[in-house]
Amino acid sequence: MSADTRYTGQEFKSVGTRPLRPDGIDKVTGRARFGADINLPGQLVGRILRSPHAHAAIRSIDTSKAEALPGVKAVITSADLPDLTDGNREMFDILDNCMARTHAYYDGHAVAAVAAVDAHTARQALKLIKVDYEVLPHVTDVDAAIAKGAPVLHKDCFTRGVEPKPRKASNIAYRSEFGHGDVDAGFAKADVIIERTFRTEQTHQGYIEPHACVASISPDGTGELWLCTQGHFVVRQHCAELLGLDVSKLRVTPTEIGGGFGGKTHVWAEPVALALSRKANRPVKLVMSRDEVFRASGPTSATSIDIRIGVTKKGRITAGDATLRYSSGPYLGMWAELGAMTSFACYDMKNVRTVGLEILVNRPKTTAYRAPSAPMAAFAVESMIDELAGRIGMDPLEMRILNAAKKGTRSSYGPVYGPIGIGPTLEAAREHPHMSAPLGKNQGRGMACGFWFNFGGQTCTDLNITPDGSVTLTVGTIDVGGARASLALVAAEELGIPYDQVRAVVGDTSSLGYNDMTDGSRGTFSSSMATIMSARNAITILRQRAARMWDIPVAKVIWEAGCAKAVGKKYDNLAPLTLAEIAAAAPKTGGPIAGHNELVADGAGVSFATHICDVEVDPETGRTQVVRYTVIQDAGKAVHPTYVEGQYQGGAAQGIGWALNEEYIYGEDGRLQNAGFLDYRIPVCSDLPMIDTQILEIPNPNHPYGIRGVGETSIVPPLAAIGNAVSNAFGVRMTHVPMSAPRILKALEEAARDASEVA
Amino acid sequence: MRYEAPQTTPEAVALLAGTKGKVHILAGGTDLIVRMKGGFVEPDMVLDIKRIKAMHLIRKTKSGLSIGAAVTCGEMGVHKALKKAWPGVVESANLIGSDQIQGRCTITGNLCNASPAADSIPALIAADARALIAGPKGERLLDVGSLPTGPGKNALKKGELVVSIELPPRDARSADAYLRFTPRTEMDIAVVSAAVNLTIDRQGVITAARVALGAVAPTAIRVPAAEKALLGNKLDAATLAAVGEACSAACKPIDDKRGTVEYRTRVAGVLAKRAAQAAWMRAGGKP
Amino acid sequence: MTQLVNTNINGDAVGFNCETDETLLDVLRNRVGLTGAKEGCGTGDCGACSVILDGTLVCACLVLGMEAEGRKVETVEGLSDGAELHPLQSKFIEHAALQCGICTPGFLMAAKALLKNNPDPTEEEIRYALAGNLCRCTGYDKIVRAVQATAAELRGG
Repeated sequence: MSADTRYTGQEFKSVGTRPLRPDGIDKVTGRARFGADINLPGQLVGRILRSPHAHAAIRSIDTSKAEALPGVKAVITSADLPDLTDGNREMFDILDNCMARTHAYYDGHAVAAVAAVDAHTARQALKLIKVDYEVLPHVTDVDAAIAKGAPVLHKDCFTRGVEPKPRKASNIAYRSEFGHGDVDAGFAKADVIIERTFRTEQTHQGYIEPHACVASISPDGTGELWLCTQGHFVVRQHCAELLGLDVSKLRVTPTEIGGGFGGKTHVWAEPVALALSRKANRPVKLVMSRDEVFRASGPTSATSIDIRIGVTKKGRITAGDATLRYSSGPYLGMWAELGAMTSFACYDMKNVRTVGLEILVNRPKTTAYRAPSAPMAAFAVESMIDELAGRIGMDPLEMRILNAAKKGTRSSYGPVYGPIGIGPTLEAAREHPHMSAPLGKNQGRGMACGFWFNFGGQTCTDLNITPDGSVTLTVGTIDVGGARASLALVAAEELGIPYDQVRAVVGDTSSLGYNDMTDGSRGTFSSSMATIMSARNAITILRQRAARMWDIPVAKVIWEAGCAKAVGKKYDNLAPLTLAEIAAAAPKTGGPIAGHNELVADGAGVSFATHICDVEVDPETGRTQVVRYTVIQDAGKAVHPTYVEGQYQGGAAQGIGWALNEEYIYGEDGRLQNAGFLDYRIPVCSDLPMIDTQILEIPNPNHPYGIRGVGETSIVPPLAAIGNAVSNAFGVRMTHVPMSAPRILKALEEAARDASEVA
Repeated sequence: MRYEAPQTTPEAVALLAGTKGKVHILAGGTDLIVRMKGGFVEPDMVLDIKRIKAMHLIRKTKSGLSIGAAVTCGEMGVHKALKKAWPGVVESANLIGSDQIQGRCTITGNLCNASPAADSIPALIAADARALIAGPKGERLLDVGSLPTGPGKNALKKGELVVSIELPPRDARSADAYLRFTPRTEMDIAVVSAAVNLTIDRQGVITAARVALGAVAPTAIRVPAAEKALLGNKLDAATLAAVGEACSAACKPIDDKRGTVEYRTRVAGVLAKRAAQAAWMRAGGKP
Repeated sequence: MTQLVNTNINGDAVGFNCETDETLLDVLRNRVGLTGAKEGCGTGDCGACSVILDGTLVCACLVLGMEAEGRKVETVEGLSDGAELHPLQSKFIEHAALQCGICTPGFLMAAKALLKNNPDPTEEEIRYALAGNLCRCTGYDKIVRAVQATAAELRGG
C-alpha cells in the first residue's frame, strides 16, 4: 500500500496539547513492571562469571565442581552457545561478546554462567568454576592501541576501507572518509588556521535500571523472553539466530524500560539466559548488577580527534579537516564513522574532509549512546569555532550564523539539506534573554551547536476500533520517554476523537510485524507515521461501514471530527454516525474494524540545536558548576511539548555530566576502577540548575505532521558549550573531556604561569 | 551467617568476645552491607548494635558531649546543642552520603571503617575527640586519631566495640569547621578534606588550634605546623598563607581514581585556609 | 540461615522468612511481592530503593531484612490512599516528572520524607534533599517543579 507521507500543514486539535501520560499512574504507584519485576513459576537465578583480565587466552574451563553443587541446575560456557553464525562477522562478534570463546577481551567479559535455585547457590557455583587463563598484554587507551608495538587484539584484523589491504594486522579495524571540495585549496584561502587535538574519555549511558530478563525455552524449541530493551524485534532476531531457534517460535515481550539511551539496543545477557534455560529446562531470571552494567554492557567510545579549520578574516570557513579515532571495544563498530559524518554537519562548507578510524581496545564493546559519536566531534569542532572567532575578533554567534548550513547546502557527509533548523536556533539564541544576562564573578558563558541525523526504518502499527468505539493502538517501538502519550495524540488527531479515547500499548513480537528498535530518535517519528497511516486505513473502512449502514455510495461519505458524514444534496440530511455507532453496528456490517500499516519510514528530518550555558569556576580548586542552561532545538512539530522539553533537558543533563565528571577509569592492570555510581559520577539533583528550553518548529516536509526526532540532539552541544564557557571565563582552552576539577585547575595554573612569563 | 541484636552493651561484648570466626559490627550498615553484597567480606556473625538503647543517645557529660555509637549522622544534624558546640563535627557527619545514608550512617562506623577519605575523622581529630571502647576487660578511652591504623584497619581488639564518641568541653569563643572537595555537590567521597578547630581570645588572637587533613595519607593526619602557624596570631593573610603552606607540605597522598598527588596537595592548603576562616568567623573572629 | 521476621509494611502486619544476610530490598521484592522499590545499584548510590523505616528515609538495599523485626516499613505501594493518589503522585504525573519511571518510586519516598520535615523548602533545599536519588532521564528540572508544586498545594490545603 503506498502511503502519502508528505507534510500537510494542517491545523491540529490534539497534537501539541499536553495531556497526562497513560503509564503515569502505574509508574507513581509502583505497579509498572520493569525488567527485574517479572517472575515466572519455577524460575532459576542466573549469574555470569566474568573475566578479571583485560586480555587473556582461555586455555580451559572446569565446571565440574559447580555442576556438582546441590541446587545448581545448569552451567554453561561457549560450548553451549555454539557458533551458528555461518561467517556473519557481525553476528559472530555479538556471540563472542555474550560468551567469550578462545579469548577474554576485556575486564568483565563473560566466560561462563550458572542457573541455580537461588542467588546464594548461584554465587557459590561461580566460585567453583575454574578458568585457566593465559594472561596476555592488553591495551585500553585509544591512542596507545595504534602506537608502535601495541598488542594487537585480533591477528586477522587488517584495516578495512583501505586499498590496498594492509599487510600487517592492527587495531585499526576500519577507515571511513567523508567530505567534498579541495581541502588544501580551502586552507590556502584562509587567513587564520587553527589545528588542535581533542580527547574525550569513555562514558556510559548510566540508565538507572540494570539489564534484566526472564528466559524460558521449552523442549519443543519454543521460547519466551521478557526483558527491558529498546528493540524487542531485534532481540528476537539476534537471540533466535544465536540459539538456532525459528524466529517465529521465540516470543519476546518488552517490559517497561528504565532508561536505555542506546545502551539497550543490543543483546548482552539474554542469549546466555536462554541457553541456561534450554539446558536447565526451567525459566531463568538474569539481572545484571550495577558493577556488571559498567564492566560488561556497552559504553560509548573514548576518542582522540585531530582537527584543523581555516577561516577568512571576515569569518567565513574555508576548509575543515579532521581525523577521528574512536575506541570501539574489541569488535568493529561504526562509531568513528558516525563521528566523521556528524563533525561539520552544522556548517555550509565548500571544502571538508573527515576520516574516521575504528580502534579496537581491551574495553567493553562500544554501543550507541544518545546521538552516538556526535558529542565528541562537536566538542572538537565547536571549541575550534569559538577559538577562531576569538582570533579574528568576531562574535562566535555571528560567525556561526554566517556559516550555518541551510536548505540546499550540501552537508559535509553527502546529502543536500531540505529545510533545517540550525539557522533558526542560532537566531533564537541571539534573541534569547540568556544571551545578554549579566554574569557574576568567576562566571563565563559559552554556546555550541549540535546536529543529529534521526533514523526512520521499518515500522508497523495496528489500530483497532473496539466494540464501544474506543481505540487501541498497538505499536512496535519501545516507549522510552512518553511515546505512548504522543502516539495516542496522533491517533486521536487523525481520527478526530478525544485523546482519552485512545489507549496505546507496545505489542510483543507475536502481535505485530517486524519493527526496528527505538534508536536514532525514530520512535515517535516513525511510529507516528505508521499510526497516521493505520488511522487513515481505519477511516477508509469506517466510511465503507457507514455507507453500508446508510445504504449510500461510499464516495458520498466523508470522515470529519470523529464522525462519518454523508455529503451531497441527496444525503446531507442524514445525521452523522459516530465512531461508537459504527463500532456497535460492526457485527452486522462486516465484522471488526481495524487499520494497520507497515512501512519503511523514509525522510527522517535532520535535527539541530543551539545551547547556551553559564558556568562558575572556583579558581582555587577548579570546581565548575553550571549555573544557567538553555536549550534551543527544532522539533519539527512537538506532539507532546512537555515530553519534548523533557528530552531536551535530559540530554543536556547527560551532556553536562559527560563534560564535567563522567569517565571510565582504567588501571594499569586494564581493570575498570570505577564500576559504580559512587565513582562514575552522573549529575545529582544539586549539581544542576533548571534547564530552560525553547522548542522551534520547522516542519519536516517528509512527515504528514512535520515531525522530526527530538530525543538525541540535546546531548551533542553541552561538551563544547561548557568548554567554551570555561574558556570565556578564564581564557583557557579545554581540550580534554571530562573537564574535571584537576584538569581545569591545571589549565588555569598553566595559563597563569604563561601570563607571568610573558609579563 | 548469624545475626544477633543484643539489648545491652555487656551482652554485645560477651557475643563479640565469645564468638569464633569473622564477626562484624552492624551500626548503619552503609559500608558493611555494601561490602557483604560485593563479596568482599563474608561474616560468620553480624552483631547489630541498634537495639542497645544507650547507644542512641547524645548526652551532656561531666567532660563534654557524648555521641552514642548508633546515633545516625542525620540525628546529629538536628541536635541543637551539638551543632552549636561542634558545627564542624556536625557538618563533617552531615556530608556523608545522601539523606538516605544520613538516616543510617554513624560517625562511629565512619571512624572504625577507617577510610583515609572518611569525612568525620579529620573533624573528630581536630575536635580532640576520644572513642569510649568497651571490651572484656572493661572500658577504655582512645584518641580518635589512634583508632584508625591504616586503610580499613582499626585498633580495636577482639571483643571490643566503640560505645560512644566523647567530645571535650567547649571554651568560650571556640568553633570548628570542616570542608572537603568532591567533584559533585553531594553523594561523593572526599578527594581531599580539612578540619580546623580554634579558640580565640577577646582580641581575636588564637589561643588553641587543631588542624587535620583527610585523604592525603593512609589515615587522616594532624598538621602541627599549621597549628603552630595559627597559635598566638590573628587570622590575617600571612597566617592563612602559612596554614595553607603547612597543610600542603604535610600531604603524602597517592594518585588514584579520585585525585592526583598534585591536586590533593594543592587543594589541601586551599581547604585548610577556608576551613580556618569559617572556624574563625564562627568563633566570633572579625574579618 | 533462614529466620522468621515479623514487621509492618504499609500498615499491614507481615511475616516473612529471610536469610540473615538478605537485604530488606530483596525481601520486599522477592519474598513480599512488592516490586515498587527498585535496585539500581545495590550500594546506596542511586536511591531507587528508597523506603521509609520507622519514619526515616533509607535505602532498602542497605538494610538487612532481619533489622525490620518489629519496625514499620513504608514503600511506594503504600503512598496512595486507596484509589486516591498522594499529592506527590498526582504532581509527578502532571508535571511530567518522570520519563522512564524507574527512579520515580524512590523520588516519591524521598520527597515525602523531605516535605514531612520541611513543608516549605527552597529549590536548593529540594535539590540537596533529593541528591541521593539519581534520575538519568529528566535532568531533574520537572522533578523539582513537581515537588515545589506539591509543597505549595499541601501548604494551601
